[in-house]
Amino acid sequence: MSRLALVNARLLDPAAGRDQPGGLLAIDGRIADLGPALFADGVPDGIETVDCRGMTLIPGLVDMRAQLREPGAEHLENMATASQAAAAGGVTTIVCLPNTDPPIDDVALVEFVRRRGREIGLANIHPYGAATKGLAGKELTEMGMLAAAGAVGFTDATHAIANAGIMRRAMSYARTFDLLIVQHPEEPALSHPGGMNEGEIATRLGLPGIPAAAEIVLLERDLRLAELTGVRYHAGHVSTAGAVEAIRAAKARGLPVSCDTAPPYFALNETAVGEYRTFAKLSPPLRSDGDRRAVVAGIADGTIDAIASDHAPHDQDSKRLPFSSAASGVIGLETLLPLVLELVHQGDVRLDRALDAVGRAPARILGLDCGRLEIGAPADLALVDMDRPWRIAVDRFRSKSKNSPFDGRPVQGRTMLTVLGGRVVHRAED
Amino acid sequence: MSALAAALGYPHRHLLGIEGLSAGEIAHLIDRSEEFVARNQGSEKKGGSLRGRTIINLFFENSTRTRTSFELAGKRLGGDVINMSVEYSSMKKGETLIDTAMTLNAMNPDVLCVRHPESGAVKLLSDKVNCAVINAGDGTHEHPTQALLDALTIRRRKGDLRGLVVAICGDILHSRVARSNIALLNTMGARVRVVAPRTLLPTAIERLGVEVFHDMKRGLANADIVMMLRLQTERMSGSFVPSVREYYHFYGLDYAKLAVAKPDALIMHPGPMNRGVEIDSEVADDIDRSLIRHQVEMGVAVRMACLEVLADNLARSNSGNAAEARP
Repeated sequence: MSRLALVNARLLDPAAGRDQPGGLLAIDGRIADLGPALFADGVPDGIETVDCRGMTLIPGLVDMRAQLREPGAEHLENMATASQAAAAGGVTTIVCLPNTDPPIDDVALVEFVRRRGREIGLANIHPYGAATKGLAGKELTEMGMLAAAGAVGFTDATHAIANAGIMRRAMSYARTFDLLIVQHPEEPALSHPGGMNEGEIATRLGLPGIPAAAEIVLLERDLRLAELTGVRYHAGHVSTAGAVEAIRAAKARGLPVSCDTAPPYFALNETAVGEYRTFAKLSPPLRSDGDRRAVVAGIADGTIDAIASDHAPHDQDSKRLPFSSAASGVIGLETLLPLVLELVHQGDVRLDRALDAVGRAPARILGLDCGRLEIGAPADLALVDMDRPWRIAVDRFRSKSKNSPFDGRPVQGRTMLTVLGGRVVHRAED
Repeated sequence: MSALAAALGYPHRHLLGIEGLSAGEIAHLIDRSEEFVARNQGSEKKGGSLRGRTIINLFFENSTRTRTSFELAGKRLGGDVINMSVEYSSMKKGETLIDTAMTLNAMNPDVLCVRHPESGAVKLLSDKVNCAVINAGDGTHEHPTQALLDALTIRRRKGDLRGLVVAICGDILHSRVARSNIALLNTMGARVRVVAPRTLLPTAIERLGVEVFHDMKRGLANADIVMMLRLQTERMSGSFVPSVREYYHFYGLDYAKLAVAKPDALIMHPGPMNRGVEIDSEVADDIDRSLIRHQVEMGVAVRMACLEVLADNLARSNSGNAAEARP
């Protein structure tokens, strides 16, 4: 019987109505007890004990979209380095995209990812399955068997499922087994060959732009198809005001749809591209400040259910290129929590909503048992010094790739300790 | 302007674009170019100001005209000029742009004149080398020496750029020439119009300080200068415009459309021209109206000025560094 006691914590899980000083006891990976009265007379001998020194204990973060690059591109990232990065960032559950090489479109790959995640043992790793074979957007994968093996949803990762007929069939088939379809909502016929947001800055830089309509058009189509098929539909990394509005309207109509965004879309805007900064090249691209503000508002009112890291490791070779040739995407596992807390510190989003967006909301969408500070829940925890100021420094990241546009940014709120299944998997050095 | 320009000069290490340059800096480069025009028209064209300097023309995109202009400019200043053409598609597979830059940098050139099919590529390369870099055209971003030679051409005919109405017509969307010219003409006080069908205009082009027209007769009304742009063959048949015939009908420059411009309006084109597509042959060859051949002539003078200015700046900064390095 393995036991871990955390004492002198601020226990925080607003959705459970919990914000109180107290302790927590984990037994065999689950929360056995918690509250102000626990350990009032001290911790019994023989139990490993962590003194939280008044810092805040929250459910470990649930990151519903990350690219881990294993198998196939281990020089960029692998499941071990990504797990270390997750632990350092207070993330205890990662859901990874199937755009590996080979892609996760086969039961053996689902099993491989899950087994590797368990062996490494620093984070719970769940894969999405590919919605179409080889992510080619043509033939459906064995969704039923992939789901039974542990795929938590189906997506073609960074490719949009662009063909309306294929999407309809993927949705209908997924609905048969009540599976989740996750889309990269960007109409390729409108986004190609763009690299950044369409507008004045792209025009000045002479870069082909991607209009906001590329996102809105595909999303609105999908919402109609979701209505037609009744599937549970989730839109990834929403970046535009129009998309937030479309989701808001669809939810008001009662559709079972959800969406997420990622920190770059609320913490940066298109001006970050500056003079061809490839670390600010993302897919979808960073948008106008009006779009950014709409994303913040969407998070605040819950239209945007979840915030994911959208972790996309790339090395120097893929980023030190002319802008149009450079790879899209930024890493995010180690910056997710402080950037989410930035929304709270700035007064844009309430703390309970912010924690929901990286905890209960993604867990609910994915049907995962995590993201709660309750008796019986997995003892996946992050101990956070909520107000601690620090400066993001990519050279201290555990991620193998260092492509972050946030290097040097002053932030507040730091993960001091991470617990996975009742085991300490990360302790901050300072 | 000229006295002020001469006092301030052009203090930058590179010439990567027109956007961000001051009117004084632009005027300085044009003034310096003027000095070379007369020399280039004489029989003794060669000077020695770049003797011992190495200039590399690094072209990732084919361009006989611009490369020849840079080559001639370098040679007339007495520099050693090397031409390097790199097939960009084959480069993508192996050596990166940065590798190429580092390799050339190790050969200690003084000036690199770089053309590249991707916007921003010349800036990226300039960050990695110790020499001066001239942007000879990057993607659809900038082509600063073209804008300077256009300005020199206009100034020699009209005296001053200030207050002139300049209509830039055609494929603005894909044109680095248009972007550099818009920046330069606005900075120098001209009034810039763009005239094109909506498919050939980038979003928010009006934010660059131009008046936007979709009709040639409106756009050319009372214009002093009509600047035509090349329409690439692959964009003519259905992708951006439906056909050559339709494009020429609405946007090709002929005497009928030109009639609404000022009686002394002048015609320019960065070349190479598509006769019968964006411009009527007769108009293009009109020796009273067309400045197209003058533009080519001014190109050599402008590139000589830019090479000399940047080589001087480099030598000055290197000797400055050497002085600092001494105990």
